[in-house]
Amino acid sequence: MSAPAVTMAPGFELRSAAETDPDAPDLLEVSLGPQHPSTHGVFRMNVTLDGERVVTLKPVFGYLHRNHEKIAEATSYLASMPYTDRLDYFCSLTNNWAYALTVERLAGLQVPERAEYLRVITAELTRLQNHATVCGFLLQDMGALGTPLMYAFREREKILDLFESLTGARMMCNYMRFGGCRCDTPAGWIEQAGKVTANFGRFLDEFEALLTSNEILLGRTQGVGILPRDLAVAGGISGPMARASGVGYDLRKVDRYGIYDRFEFRVPVGDHGDVFDRYMIRVLEMRESLKILEAALKQVPPGPIMDPKAKLRGFRPKPGEAYGRIESPKGELGFYLISDGGPNPYRYRIRPPSFINLTLLEDLCRGHSVADTVVILGSVDIVLGEVDR
Amino acid sequence: MVGGGILHGLAVTAKNFVGSFTDPERLVTVGYPEQRVPAKENTRQFPFLVHDGDDPEAGLRCVACQICEKECPPQCIYIVKSKTKKPDHLGKPQFFPAIFDIDLSVCMSCQICVEVCPFDAIKMDQEFELATADRFEGLLQHKQQLARPNTHFQTLHPTDAAAIDAQRAADLAKAQAAAAAAAAKAATPVAPVAPSSQTS
Repeated sequence: MSAPAVTMAPGFELRSAAETDPDAPDLLEVSLGPQHPSTHGVFRMNVTLDGERVVTLKPVFGYLHRNHEKIAEATSYLASMPYTDRLDYFCSLTNNWAYALTVERLAGLQVPERAEYLRVITAELTRLQNHATVCGFLLQDMGALGTPLMYAFREREKILDLFESLTGARMMCNYMRFGGCRCDTPAGWIEQAGKVTANFGRFLDEFEALLTSNEILLGRTQGVGILPRDLAVAGGISGPMARASGVGYDLRKVDRYGIYDRFEFRVPVGDHGDVFDRYMIRVLEMRESLKILEAALKQVPPGPIMDPKAKLRGFRPKPGEAYGRIESPKGELGFYLISDGGPNPYRYRIRPPSFINLTLLEDLCRGHSVADTVVILGSVDIVLGEVDR
Repeated sequence: MVGGGILHGLAVTAKNFVGSFTDPERLVTVGYPEQRVPAKENTRQFPFLVHDGDDPEAGLRCVACQICEKECPPQCIYIVKSKTKKPDHLGKPQFFPAIFDIDLSVCMSCQICVEVCPFDAIKMDQEFELATADRFEGLLQHKQQLARPNTHFQTLHPTDAAAIDAQRAADLAKAQAAAAAAAAKAATPVAPVAPSSQTS
């Protein structure tokens, strides 16, 4: 049996000759997961090991498959909205927005000014809590058991409290509707959000003081899991992972969906594409999100939050198709819908960012040790609810 | 200095440890179940049926239109319409649910039933300690368990309840005015057509 052709990341050297031949007798096949705490859910990696180093890695997923797309084709447009919460369960509000944006394109609805601001505010709060959590989990994967993760969860708790008082639920928000948002802010919510935003900067300073110059963190992350720029582009990688590899691609700048053209923010871009850059990009993105939030919370105008043309019941968009995409905290989240004029979508398809970002896992991990594989997986930032759908 | 970053980090953890005793911003958790965080007004857990007055059967607002049953994403609502009618708060005869079941093990607390209900009959409760030893019958709630008085809704969601109560009071006043006008119209005899108009 001939050895399968091994595709290599450019500029990435294998460490021993045995690694090019998976059938060599001293290789060990190990199934990492699916019930392992480091796999962030039910995800399995079939790895071939030469001693401690990874020769091949095959991601195996689908354990959390819930038939989301097919269910959505059998229910009304509105009834799919709470299911989108459950895709990437850390970021239900950005999922809501991506789906609402697509249906609004399909049906030609206009979102009122205030609702656009509320969408930006909730999406950026979502980005803050997602990035804080993923940095905490990344440290957890490196063996920093608890402390950074608990600090991140403490800040996330404050943001989830905001979500609860606005939408009624901490995680499964189900907040956006086609043509606006479901309900207006309760009294004092904007001030409360301003307070949380103002305090979040202090947390970030502390978080960085705790970690960014930590020698162990630097030793474990720098030069590990390098994703070269060309490979990132060729693999369709998006989000912080692409930006860490030097691809300055952010849909908030490229598409300028919603009202993102009104805010001043920068898109941080990394140099090396290693795990440290992916960590650092997320920290920097949180700082940019704080800028957007500060501006948005100041500018948010009074007014209606729903398009008067929008219908809750008996919603039947004209036949046609639409693709809507937004920059979710994990990357480009897209929904593709075809309508045949009925109450259900004829075709409903999601482009999930963490699924696409996961496809290059083998290229990132080859040649690294098992312990590094866990860290690399943590830096990709996957949520299995979205990967498996 | 090698290890300086680690020492720096240790200073941060020390600050957080001491701060967690003094600064409420650094300790956001409470010791459940002895301590509880008060529920926020918008918080939702599972649906309940609103009834006016004290009698859950007579005052039930639900008219068994079955819109929520159709719109429910996970299809956890089961309704059987009554054969007879009973008067609603405006005195109009309406159907009522002979059976109204919600399977809480299927419900995903999305609140779509509340949004689509045209009669303000179904609202979200904030009760979450529903653990039971029987996962089939124990979590299948019938009309009798689901019915809660309007005062319960007013305590949970005062802003929403005030708006809805005002709307219902206005509807009732309008209906009463219309009924009074109709009664007055029925009481006054209709003026006979003047014969002169036929001849001219």
